[in-house]
Amino acid sequence: MNELINHLKERFPIYDVVESTTGPTFVSLDAAKLIPMITSLKTNHGFKILVILSTVDWIEDGKFQLTYIINNPDEKTDLGIRIFIDRENASMESIHKLWVFAATFQREIKEMYGIDFPGSPGVDDQFLLEGWDEMPPMRRDFDTKKYSEDTFFPRPGRETNDPAEYMKQKLYPDE
Amino acid sequence: MSLFTRILFVLLGLFITLNWGLIMSGIIRKIIARLSMRRGIKVVQPYINLIKNFSIRSQLTHGVMFYLGPVFRLSGGVGVFLFMPMIYGSIYWTNFSFTGDLILISYFLFFGMLGMALGAGEGGHPYSAIGIGRGLAQFTAIEVPMTLAIISIAIQYNSLSITEIVAAQQGGIMNWTMVTNPFATIAAMLAFLGMMGHSPFNVVMAPQENPIGPPTEYHGTFLGVLQTNRAILHVVEAVLFMNLFFGGATNWGILILKTFLIYFYTVFVGMVFPRFRVDQSIPWFFKIPLVFGILAIVLLII
Amino acid sequence: MSDKKDIHEDKFLAPENRKHVVIGPDGEEIHVDPLNDYFCTDMPKVEKPYKGVMEKFLNWARAESLWVLAFGTGCGSIELPPLFSPRFDAYRFGVAMRPTPRQSGVLIISGYLAVKTLKRAIRSYEQMQNPKYVIALGSCTINGGMYWDSYNTINRLDHYLPVDVYIAGCMPRPEAVLAGFMKLKERIKKGDAEGANEYVEKLDWYKANQKKIIKDWNMPDYNW
Repeated sequence: MNELINHLKERFPIYDVVESTTGPTFVSLDAAKLIPMITSLKTNHGFKILVILSTVDWIEDGKFQLTYIINNPDEKTDLGIRIFIDRENASMESIHKLWVFAATFQREIKEMYGIDFPGSPGVDDQFLLEGWDEMPPMRRDFDTKKYSEDTFFPRPGRETNDPAEYMKQKLYPDE
Repeated sequence: MSLFTRILFVLLGLFITLNWGLIMSGIIRKIIARLSMRRGIKVVQPYINLIKNFSIRSQLTHGVMFYLGPVFRLSGGVGVFLFMPMIYGSIYWTNFSFTGDLILISYFLFFGMLGMALGAGEGGHPYSAIGIGRGLAQFTAIEVPMTLAIISIAIQYNSLSITEIVAAQQGGIMNWTMVTNPFATIAAMLAFLGMMGHSPFNVVMAPQENPIGPPTEYHGTFLGVLQTNRAILHVVEAVLFMNLFFGGATNWGILILKTFLIYFYTVFVGMVFPRFRVDQSIPWFFKIPLVFGILAIVLLII
Repeated sequence: MSDKKDIHEDKFLAPENRKHVVIGPDGEEIHVDPLNDYFCTDMPKVEKPYKGVMEKFLNWARAESLWVLAFGTGCGSIELPPLFSPRFDAYRFGVAMRPTPRQSGVLIISGYLAVKTLKRAIRSYEQMQNPKYVIALGSCTINGGMYWDSYNTINRLDHYLPVDVYIAGCMPRPEAVLAGFMKLKERIKKGDAEGANEYVEKLDWYKANQKKIIKDWNMPDYNW
């Protein structure tokens, strides 16, 4: 793995390398360099499998983080690539030409976060939410509790307790 | 005996047959349940299901043929009954059997299927169409060894009258067709497995892969009629095989015992063997039962 | 029936359900309007029960022969197969699974119900025939359970379908489900379980609630 990281460091501007003994190694990268690097990893380094494409909403920084985890089945190693894109008018290049099924991930991300992937097949089709006309629901500024209360007829009488406090009261009332 | 009395006895026989069919399916389900260490349904559960289906308040229709499908199916079952001599030697329970009834009965066995195909086809559900396609294909494959066996018996006894065939088998187990013409018996009993639609050949109604096939759209009274027909048809088909191969019955007790055993044989095979797909079952019918059917005829002619 | 027109111009309507022209084998043009041709647009009617002993007898038969639609919506659907295993054996109470909504009388909403699934559950419920009952399984159907603040999971099932029996728990074990069936039997035998008629009587209210959350309503108002 170290060899690969050093090799990548020579060719691509990667930073913030996080190595782990149990999970995959993560590297961060500029969004513009993702396609060349991930193509190189797939063709030259045996990372044939796209495991997952996931998204994190860093609302404080105004960024979306996209994480591509790819797998090398021969050496049984995983590599995670993080890229950061702007939250406003978020858009990213599509990787469906490398992995066809990435279009499904991208379709879901488009629906849940509103990140556009121009050119990805079927990216504008509805995936899980049928007829959704609000803000994409997984964005952190979407108030899911308020939406639920407005939409789904909450049953009155629900009490919410902090689990730690509640257990303390119930189990050890004297303390 | 006047015609009125005859009709009265035919209706009474139909009533007995229907009840025995319902009770028999209940008993069989109970036995299957006990085999798999369950308490199982009540023995009278088929009656309750029937009453419930007739008590459904709202019904839909998809057209005239949709109505006629269950009616054709029921008339197929009742038609087999009408021309079947139930008890040998009794003037009351021979129904309307006549010299050529074997041909008519084998026609009626297929008639219900065709009517059901038309009716369920109008229901428009894709699973109905799949079920009908599979059912008709499989039943056509069943008909071939079945017909060969019937022809073999007709040659053997020189008759197409079931009453005469039963009469020739009287006088002990050694006179039964089962002993005198074993190949025809084997061919017909293997075809019988497919006719009853239990496990190896139940892909038509396969609940897991093709939810219940042709009657997918049928509900309420329509389904009640279909259930009534199934109860009658199962008994009458067993009676047909009893008459042809196992010496007939001289009273209701023997009839009930023999039909139960014949019906239970299909269930037993069904419990042991897993389901065939249609592309496996049709070649199977064209291989093993067909060979026995041809053997039965060839040996008789030689 | 003022909504009928809106459906045709709906942007959510699937392409195969829009009005289109089919060219026949002899070159003739066949105009197809699927929502009118393929679907029944009639509204359901209240089916009055009989009176007295007759209805009691029929209710007994209905209670002793509960055919459950094999339709699982959430995590609870995995609690249903054990019901028919030797250990719990629901068959002895007359409970059986049917694979088609036409023949079944009981709809079990097994667990949380996403909006997308609710649409299918409504279609299945409306295809069942008149004496029909709904059993709601798990706390998700009562008040949303652990998904009470989710953007996509309904909170109260009884605003969308008439519920006969709630079975609380997360998830209820098969014993609890059996107890629920017993409760449903009691209700049916008493003649209280008239959910189908209740649904027809309050159809406007139910439809308003359903259409509030199912925004791509691309089906007839009542799915026969």
